[in-house]
Amino acid sequence: MNQFISSILIGFSQGSIYALMALALVLVFRSTRVVNFAQAGQAMVSTYIGWEVINRTGSYWLAIPIAALGGAILAVIVQNFLMRPLSKRTSEGAIAPVANIIVTLGLLGVLHSGAAIIWGSEEKLLTSPVSTNGFKIGENVYPFSATDVLIIITSVIVMLIFAFIFKKTNLGLALRAAAFQPEISRLAGIRVDRVQTIGWAFSGAAGAVAGVLIAPGSYLNPYSLDILLVFGFVAAVIGGLDSLVGAAVGGIVLGLTLSFTSQYVGTALTFVVPFVVLLVVLLLRPNGLLGGRSSRNA
Amino acid sequence: MSLIVRNLSVDHGAIRAIDNLSFIVEKRRLTAVIGANGAGKSTLLRTLSGLNQATAGKASWGDHNLLKGKAELHVRKGVSHVSEGKSVIPELTVEENLELGALWRRNKKEAEETKRYVLDLFPRLGERLKQRADTLSGGERQMLAIGRALMSKPQLLLLDEPSLGLAPLVVEQIFQTIRDIVNSSSMTVLLVEQNAMGALKIADIGVVLNLGKIAAIGPAADLIADPAIRAAYLGY
Repeated sequence: MNQFISSILIGFSQGSIYALMALALVLVFRSTRVVNFAQAGQAMVSTYIGWEVINRTGSYWLAIPIAALGGAILAVIVQNFLMRPLSKRTSEGAIAPVANIIVTLGLLGVLHSGAAIIWGSEEKLLTSPVSTNGFKIGENVYPFSATDVLIIITSVIVMLIFAFIFKKTNLGLALRAAAFQPEISRLAGIRVDRVQTIGWAFSGAAGAVAGVLIAPGSYLNPYSLDILLVFGFVAAVIGGLDSLVGAAVGGIVLGLTLSFTSQYVGTALTFVVPFVVLLVVLLLRPNGLLGGRSSRNA
Repeated sequence: MSLIVRNLSVDHGAIRAIDNLSFIVEKRRLTAVIGANGAGKSTLLRTLSGLNQATAGKASWGDHNLLKGKAELHVRKGVSHVSEGKSVIPELTVEENLELGALWRRNKKEAEETKRYVLDLFPRLGERLKQRADTLSGGERQMLAIGRALMSKPQLLLLDEPSLGLAPLVVEQIFQTIRDIVNSSSMTVLLVEQNAMGALKIADIGVVLNLGKIAAIGPAADLIADPAIRAAYLGY
């Protein structure tokens, strides 16, 4: 029984990281219809920024906001100087649907190499501020640790901040409007270009937090967050790709699935199961669990 | 202040949608632009509001050049456009759609005042503030689209086919409201319509557009009385 509960908790902890990554992908997809493969690279660079902060100040708590800020700035640079000029020049013709994909993939490669040049390709360790040892109940030790608690709490805080901004502020209204109907938003006086850039900045911040949270459990190298992109993408698609609530739900569903698979079926299947879940969701609900027009409200 | 269009040409690829068009819309007048499908009516409005690029010519509202800058900047100069096909955001609530039009003004108090004015014009919207816009009827959506534009406190209102797809009774009601807006404010309205008779009946000035050129222009009552116009555009 305790094993079961432990699996649920681990699922939530890992799932909330996937949810953050999914959120990052969805924020960009909603605002500019770009599937950003470079998100893994941006999150990785942001995580290195977090690592630098921990190295210099010894504070993991400071690393989270600074990495988020770094991730936001990086995303703004990518959008302003790469993606926007690109979309203006490639809006027509055969190249239009694939230009973004090719360029974000290329950017991912550039970020991989850039990080390897700056920080080297050997693995770095981000030490968690709290214990990574599992909690003990009686004689038994469970894999769920204080670090998992930290992950869940931080992710929930980040998601609540996003929920507040999107639902309760003028900026949030502009962000939603510009994502759904850019042309009508322009006619209403919304500076859509600026709002899209802010969407990218939020996305960069969410990806950075995901990177800093997952790093203590594993090592950091220029490629270590690529798998997070895959899981984040699966979570985003499960949630419908343009719903923020869907991204969160998709992340948790994926986290629980992975956790139960590795506990009860075997770790060998861990990388297959997400795609089985994805396939089932897409076959039964092609717009994702929360996708489609009827739920495009969050 | 008036809307001045001079030698305006707009191309859609190889097709010339607007061809060397010149006309003036006087302040506080309701001008109706009528003509068949493909006459260039929507293109004209989209060019004036900054959504489409002009190929040649000039267009200005007062001293503001309408052919330069983006749509969101024209709104700040008093030009609001209700685009074709119920220009609302279906995923947002009625209230959010209205608030959207006033966000750029950054003045909550004034926005509240304008909202009261809009809800006075369209009381039905007041009953549905918390509903999503996609739950509204066609007529209500059109009212919301006009309401959203009014929330920006425009001096020049560009309306693209507000009657599209609506029942005759609702059309009449919306046309009447448009006329009331012009009568009771200092707003200038440029109304583009396929429903030529309905539009000319409420308009001061009529412009008949054919293949991107002006076929006739004059007081709306004169156009209605002109046998040639009646036969070609009003259907009897």
